[in-house]
Amino acid sequence: MSEPTAPVKKKRKVVLDQRLQAYRGVWVYIEHERGRVHPVSLELLGEGRKLADTLGVELAGVVMAGVDAGAEARGYCQTAFEYGADLCYLMQSDVLGEYRNEPYTQGLTDLVNAYQPEILLLGATTLGRDLAGSVATTLNTGLTADCTELAIDPDDRSLLSTRPTFGGSLLCTIVTLNYRPQMATVRPRVMAMPESQPGRTGRIVEHGLLLAEADIVTKVLEFIADDRRDTPQLPFADIIVAGGRGLGKPENFQLIRDLAKVLGAEVGASRPVVQAGWVEADRQVGQSGKTVRPKLYIAAGISGAIQHRVGMEGADCIVAINNDPDAPIFEFAHFGIVGDVATILPALTEAFWVKLKRQASLPPQEEAA
Amino acid sequence: MHSVVCIKQVPDSAQIRVHPVTNTIMRQGVPAIVNPYDLFALEEALRLRDQLGGRVTVISMGPTQAEVALRKALSLGADDAILVTDKAFAGADTLATSYALAAAIRQIGKELPVDLVFTGKQTIDGDTAQVGPGIARRMGLQLLTYVSRIVEVAPERREIVVERRAEGGVQVLQTRLPCLITMLEDSNRMRFGSLPDALRAARQEVRHWDKTAAGIEDVTKIGLKGSPTIVSKVFTPSPRAEKAEMIAIEDGSPADLAAALLGRIAARFPGVEKELAQRA
Repeated sequence: MSEPTAPVKKKRKVVLDQRLQAYRGVWVYIEHERGRVHPVSLELLGEGRKLADTLGVELAGVVMAGVDAGAEARGYCQTAFEYGADLCYLMQSDVLGEYRNEPYTQGLTDLVNAYQPEILLLGATTLGRDLAGSVATTLNTGLTADCTELAIDPDDRSLLSTRPTFGGSLLCTIVTLNYRPQMATVRPRVMAMPESQPGRTGRIVEHGLLLAEADIVTKVLEFIADDRRDTPQLPFADIIVAGGRGLGKPENFQLIRDLAKVLGAEVGASRPVVQAGWVEADRQVGQSGKTVRPKLYIAAGISGAIQHRVGMEGADCIVAINNDPDAPIFEFAHFGIVGDVATILPALTEAFWVKLKRQASLPPQEEAA
Repeated sequence: MHSVVCIKQVPDSAQIRVHPVTNTIMRQGVPAIVNPYDLFALEEALRLRDQLGGRVTVISMGPTQAEVALRKALSLGADDAILVTDKAFAGADTLATSYALAAAIRQIGKELPVDLVFTGKQTIDGDTAQVGPGIARRMGLQLLTYVSRIVEVAPERREIVVERRAEGGVQVLQTRLPCLITMLEDSNRMRFGSLPDALRAARQEVRHWDKTAAGIEDVTKIGLKGSPTIVSKVFTPSPRAEKAEMIAIEDGSPADLAAALLGRIAARFPGVEKELAQRA
């Protein structure tokens, strides 16, 4: 037995109130962290540029920072210009030094009300999700989380936000009705990084924030920076070896680690094995874990549910090993091997070990001048 | 301390299957569970009650079947359970959901003032992480998302200190009660319910609140009408134009397969080959 996933709706034409028709332009929230722009903001500028060009409007970055960030904040604007922004809204205030929900929500809400963009995009980071949810509620508008695709409906200029649904078993496209701006978040590494255009410039619009430290309830007592060596850098890894339920038993996950070690790769996992406690949660690849774009992704015993697929299909080369010839992963992998992962993985580890050892023993090849 | 914990009943998404021909969700036999992320919120609220005294009220919005999820929470130790259920809530997106839950939590507060509202980080079916921030905003509560540890609660000073997972590090935040906390996964270990709690959960009343009992003032803000977003289509992704190149050798050993695969990677993906050479 099955039932339709959703009633088949006639395409609903979105008719905007006069007031909302004035909302124009695409905005990207420029997140920065310890002096540099977060890569997800640059990825969003690439995507925002396409949306703005389709709509025939400007692309703006939004930079919010503490006063002590000084010239650094202008540097973030310059970075935004080089990645495609036409202008930047710059808000600097004493209360914006460290990210806190209350002042940032008020600041971004003020900017939206003052300059009225039709689309506002944020990275789906811990900051972006915290901020987007609060701003959308304050503005009483629609927000679509973790989009994997953004497009413009040519009929009515509305934003079509596509994201996984039903726990990642299907995809759905969401539209915002008679509300503006249309807000969406996108996870890091989902969109491709655009080329930078050094020297490209734009204009900066400064806007103040009427808020004093005494008005703000929450205080940051301390910031404890992560020790980067301890945390897996999955999103930016070039080679990933990932394991799933097809490994059969938790002990077999060691076979994934063995191959990863030989390759100098990061270890990834599908949601079921993380939920079963075979491996730590920060190794999870997929809609509810990390999104990755490695050069090589080896998936062993992973069936390839949409929830996993959206997290790794940006990989250049996907190798799938699964004992089920009908596993969906073979629909989108580049290479497939049908067989027992527990015997194929050790053979692969051995083969890669021999290959890398042989390459290491060769004299370094001269690069053609 | 009076904590309200928001929980949601969700299908166990690990067990959802899509019908290969009709592209429809096969719901039959998929068990409904308490959203796993919400259990970290519940456990944290129970710990605070055990340390400082007070009560834990669990609340859920959903169809009448969601009472099962609330009974589960009672069996784990929650004191009271309220199900916000009304046909008028159907079709709610996250904005409309947070409006309804915020109204209901205010009603709970009229019976016993609320010090803390807890939610999970996100649900496993919607994955939006928007309802927690939405409730906080609507109730005018300070919002603490992705909390990994509650460092200190000082009820007499109305203060709380938490550790919050931020980009590139952990923020130690101090704020005022009442506030809303979304708990990060693995921040604690859910207890096993006790036998007395299991017995109590089986017979205790789970109150059902319709939109009037939940204190909804503006019916244009709930359900489909109160939702700015709609789902315009649901679909399966198109397969890649070209399917996987299958590596298979008749009577081949695993070693033969591995060697064949490495050869084909080298032939088709020079970028990968270069990456491997750097690691030799």
